[in-house]
Amino acid sequence: MKSYIWKRVLLAIFTLFIISIITFFTMNAIPGGPFDSEKATTPEVKAALEERYNLDKPLMTQYFIYLNNLFHGDWGISIKTGREIKPTIGSRFAISARLGGMALLVSIIFGIIFGSLAALYRNRWPDRVIIFFTTLLTAMPSFVLATLLLYVFSIQLGWFPVWSADGTNYVLPVISLALYPTAYITRLTKSSMLDVLGQDYIRTAEAKGVSRSKVLFKHALRNALIPVVTYIGPEFAYIITGSLVVENIFTIGGLGQEFVTSINNRDYSMIMATTLFLATVMVAVNLLTDILYKVIDPRIELD
Amino acid sequence: MKPISDTLPKRNLLSSQIDLSKFNGTDFAPATDEERAQTDVMGRSTTFFRDGMRRLRKNPLAMISLVVLVIIVLSIFIFPAIVPYSYDQIISVNGVRDMGAKNLAPFHYSAMEQAYMAKGGKVFPHIFGTDEMCRDYFIRVIYGTRVSLAVGLFASLLVLIIGVLYGSISGYAGGKVDLIMMRIVDIIYSLPDLLMIILLSVVFNETLGGDRLQGTIFQNLGSNMLSMFIVFGLLYWVGMARLVRGQILTIKSNDYVLASKSIGTKSRKIIRKHILPNCASVIIITTALEIPSAIFTESYLSFLGLGVQAPMPSLGSLANAARDGLILYPFKMFWPALMIVLIVLAFNLLGDGLRDAFDPKLRK
Repeated sequence: MKSYIWKRVLLAIFTLFIISIITFFTMNAIPGGPFDSEKATTPEVKAALEERYNLDKPLMTQYFIYLNNLFHGDWGISIKTGREIKPTIGSRFAISARLGGMALLVSIIFGIIFGSLAALYRNRWPDRVIIFFTTLLTAMPSFVLATLLLYVFSIQLGWFPVWSADGTNYVLPVISLALYPTAYITRLTKSSMLDVLGQDYIRTAEAKGVSRSKVLFKHALRNALIPVVTYIGPEFAYIITGSLVVENIFTIGGLGQEFVTSINNRDYSMIMATTLFLATVMVAVNLLTDILYKVIDPRIELD
Repeated sequence: MKPISDTLPKRNLLSSQIDLSKFNGTDFAPATDEERAQTDVMGRSTTFFRDGMRRLRKNPLAMISLVVLVIIVLSIFIFPAIVPYSYDQIISVNGVRDMGAKNLAPFHYSAMEQAYMAKGGKVFPHIFGTDEMCRDYFIRVIYGTRVSLAVGLFASLLVLIIGVLYGSISGYAGGKVDLIMMRIVDIIYSLPDLLMIILLSVVFNETLGGDRLQGTIFQNLGSNMLSMFIVFGLLYWVGMARLVRGQILTIKSNDYVLASKSIGTKSRKIIRKHILPNCASVIIITTALEIPSAIFTESYLSFLGLGVQAPMPSLGSLANAARDGLILYPFKMFWPALMIVLIVLAFNLLGDGLRDAFDPKLRK
């Protein structure tokens, strides 16, 4: 177990290293430098600026300087705004984390409830209705869903404000982010619940006269949820990438919107910082999920 | 020539050796074809493919999806020939640009077109109306579908080729080669794919953009599209490679491969005859399910403005453009969104059907 964790941690660190290399060198492969857009830069000023930000040094040296700064909490400055990137990322991430966290919670709760219902009422109407909607929802990109919700509930029905720039109204964004993972978790829970319900220990528990609710919650559900844990990593990735468009559609000033704006502005240092940051979050969550999975189910083989 | 038994003397009275001289000539004549057919009581032998197709035909959802896909594919080839507009053409009446044909509702005509029709001219109806740049929206949606489908198919083909080659080399070679190749796959697998795709498409867009592609074969493709294929080719094959390698490892350890090896079959023939046909179902199913995910990714990137180049439409970029006029012209969002959902849903259901039909073992 210990060696497995070490192996995974090392792989994660190595992955992050690779990601930093890819992001750094691809960004530097783009023609144009950070000070090209400044209007009144004389060659002397430009040279001074480049020296200040170490841009006159070879690329490899620049990479290590960047990495060193990163470890000291210096993310550099945005090309477009000229501001420090770190405080921007910090404040924007707080908003995104709240949105993503709510979506995660909603999807897990409803996914498990619907999945269990579908398994218990197998081949009857609750199962059919649930499966119909989950099949439909897994074919809908998040941006289609988000615009649909925005159109129906904000524009047509007027239940929610169209502009939620104040950051108080999270209902629609959370729904549009959570629906796809909910559908996925529902399917996952259903199949693993059916699998568990056919096991011998369920029959034994029933034969002993354990009450139905106790069999369901104590014996069936707890075991059925193990595969759901494996989905948390991919779901995190989905929510992060999904929030790029959802935040943009609902104009929530989170990290996702910052990322999209920086793409449209070709703000390279910002794109790089956000990519690196989000990638780190994803890799870390994946690592934790994998380890958690092995911890809660000792039957899993460690390879 | 006489049979040997006739020439040999009967050695033992109690021997069960048949004395052929006691039978006349027709008794041991070979059966005619007709007689053979009568004894043939077995059903017609079925191939793997035919057996799978029979099961697929019994799956109504998969068949409906197949019909939907066929209709979509037919319409993206037929309609561009029927509709007299082009995806990048601003509507003109009698050779004069019609600037009033902006954001028309479905089956409506602009003032110029109405005047022209009153004089007896013929105007092809705008089935989905027109967009904000006076282009026929129906043909744009059709072309967008075409682009999205093409990207999906081509990207999955790319994934198929790279993944199968890499996976089979790794699986068949085994040993150290396998170990190193799979470590590389592990690392690429743990990269957050969409973030990397976004990053790489920005970079490739910039480096390949402008007229850097002029004069090359990629000129028509555009830098966005090309960069999208590059990143697909770089990142998305790992799943397929893992799958193929796993398949080959299991098949390699099967007894019939051992039997084949023990009678001295060459490894080239073993791969062709035993290993590849047994991988086929998994490869087909994965490719069928790869198409919708590629279309998903393409539409996502186009929605972010990183997809195909304007004026070329794709379903994602059409949906993105439709956001601006969502309140006044919701139908412009409706059509591309509907097409994406239809295509992805149909491919998903067809892929599920194929999985159930061709590889019941994979069924959960």
